[in-house]
Amino acid sequence: MATVLPPPSKRQRTEAAERSRAQQDIEEVPSDAGSLRLQFYDETTGLPIGQGPVLVPVADATPKNLELLLNTLQGHDSSEYIPYRFTLPIPSKASTDPITTAFPTNIWKTLINPGLISTEEVQNISAAPQAVFKVQAVSRCASTIPGHGEAILATQFSPRSSSRMVSGSGDNTARIWDCDTGTPVHTLKGHTSWVLAVGWSPDDSRIATGSMDNTVRMWDPKTGKQLGNPMKGHTKWVMSLAWEPYHIQIPGKPRLASASKDATVRIWSTNQQTIEIVLSGHKGSVSCVKWGGIGLIYTSSHDKTVKVWNAKDGTLAHSLNAHAHWVNHLALSTDFVIRTAYHDHTGKIPESEEQKVEKAKERFLKAAKIQGEVVERLVSASDDFTMYLWEPSKGTKPVARMLGHQKQVNHVTFSPDGLIIASSGFDNHTKIWNARDGKFINTLRGHVAPVYQCAFSPDSRLLVTGSKDTTLKVWDMRTHKLSVDLPGHKDEVYAVDWSPDGQKVGSGGKDKAVRIWRH
Amino acid sequence: MKKQIKALEESCLNSSAPNEPSTTPLPQYLLDRSNPTNAKALSSAIKNKRNEKAAKFSVPLPKVRAIAEEELFTVVQTRKKTAKKGWKRMINKPMFVGRDFTRRPVKYERFIWPMGLRYKKANVTHPELGVTIQLPIISVRKKPAKPNGTIIEVNFSELGLVTVVVEVISGRWAQITNNCENDGCVNA
Repeated sequence: MATVLPPPSKRQRTEAAERSRAQQDIEEVPSDAGSLRLQFYDETTGLPIGQGPVLVPVADATPKNLELLLNTLQGHDSSEYIPYRFTLPIPSKASTDPITTAFPTNIWKTLINPGLISTEEVQNISAAPQAVFKVQAVSRCASTIPGHGEAILATQFSPRSSSRMVSGSGDNTARIWDCDTGTPVHTLKGHTSWVLAVGWSPDDSRIATGSMDNTVRMWDPKTGKQLGNPMKGHTKWVMSLAWEPYHIQIPGKPRLASASKDATVRIWSTNQQTIEIVLSGHKGSVSCVKWGGIGLIYTSSHDKTVKVWNAKDGTLAHSLNAHAHWVNHLALSTDFVIRTAYHDHTGKIPESEEQKVEKAKERFLKAAKIQGEVVERLVSASDDFTMYLWEPSKGTKPVARMLGHQKQVNHVTFSPDGLIIASSGFDNHTKIWNARDGKFINTLRGHVAPVYQCAFSPDSRLLVTGSKDTTLKVWDMRTHKLSVDLPGHKDEVYAVDWSPDGQKVGSGGKDKAVRIWRH
Repeated sequence: MKKQIKALEESCLNSSAPNEPSTTPLPQYLLDRSNPTNAKALSSAIKNKRNEKAAKFSVPLPKVRAIAEEELFTVVQTRKKTAKKGWKRMINKPMFVGRDFTRRPVKYERFIWPMGLRYKKANVTHPELGVTIQLPIISVRKKPAKPNGTIIEVNFSELGLVTVVVEVISGRWAQITNNCENDGCVNA
């Protein structure tokens, strides 16, 4: 079910031929257009940059020039150059609030000439710093790797490189794939029922899998062998797994949290494979668990609450009650940086343990700090069609309530730079929200069936969504439009993941074959 | 009604959680959801929706049958013996003429509504409360062949009933349940 346009009609073809024959005149920006007054605001903090508005001639007001201008205003030299994404509010006829749109390349043609913006007012431009490296949109299916005997239920790339990916399936195994060559590497056999959740440890040394047979197993990704015994303790199936962040853990003793339908979350010490703490308190199955970087564990449950626990002793810190139905999924603003620890886009890995911990901590603080304060935000998506944005360290009242979905919201994720929240729901829409205040930005329409999962690219410029209609779609976050459509799967797509180095997207679904997509 | 029960049964069958691996594997966010994926339930749900749309205001009543003219009207002869025209009609079934009914001038009236067959009040039985009250009729809604089965609107305001929205109900629908010509009164 790919979105294929019908072939052009005779009239469209003749028009296209006419256009190609005639010489087009380029609309010149008139020399007396004047200058725009621009006031830059930093999108992460909301504070203005520079002292007062800057006058920029209209002919030169392109996003590239504005980037140069902003970097010089802030005093960055060429080595510290940061690319920016600009948005500006324009008044709309439909509503009283201005619509925030991306800054256009030819502002004269699109905004000033039609009279939407005047050169006499000060325009408030919101500048969001972008990642220095750029991820190219995936456009083709590099390989289709069959091998699983049943539908694939969960996939995750290794944090270190995009060449390894683990996928859990309904045929009771998890498999590790070599994504560069498109071949299977190891088959992790051992579970006696469907593998529902897989998790790569942040230091790339272990894989944890949670299954319908109530156990969690550890595996060595290099040899494919199970490490130790299956970790038994849950009485019902395991819904979600979360590793302890690398910069917090006691060196050499990584811990793992597993959430289960039996309403408990168990924290395992993975070396001894014993249960350290049991977090009980939920009254319904725990659908998602996330281990935060400031010593708190967040769990969401079907009893409509989100509970915040202290990781040290397992006591309940807060209970966040606001939802009216099951809470399906949680996302942390620091998710991406916790998942990748000391791995970053340069690919360099520090030598010693202390350096690794330090680098992981440094990356975490850089991602979590807003105006000097370490802030970890949480968004919860629920079956009551809404999402809430929380700041658990500040209090139990939600920061914002995000309304807009018309059916259950299944999956929510923060962008790696912590500025955007993407939510996908059963109403076929993916919605984009501002992560700072929870305001709605845009809806991405295109799927024709419930959207199951979404994943951001590591530079936060692209979003890939996988849906029941067997396609994946890549959306551009600057223009909020469809960038690439990726048909190819033969049945529903259950799991999508973008590799942390940005090169590949892996997806798996009901058609039992893993697909790797590349640029 | 039977269709609704059947549809509910079909969808209930799908709601059992797949505990055994023998059913199709689902990711954890789809477990415990009773998505009616069964084709049969889906197709019958669609069929019911279509039928529902078509018969949105259907009342479980026999369809209105056009009453034959001979049955309804009696010819009334006008004029004197010489030039008898028969264009006047007298209605010979129980009827409701409205509160402000006045007769047309005698020369021009075509229909005659005999006073003996005009009814203003109905004995209305409240189905739940079980009480029968005499209430004035406001209008007639649906008229099948016999008076038995007509839906009429009655003035409830004397009862002072209040709905949840705190407004006094003034008109309520009631269905005539007797054959008025035989009994001489309207029971509803």
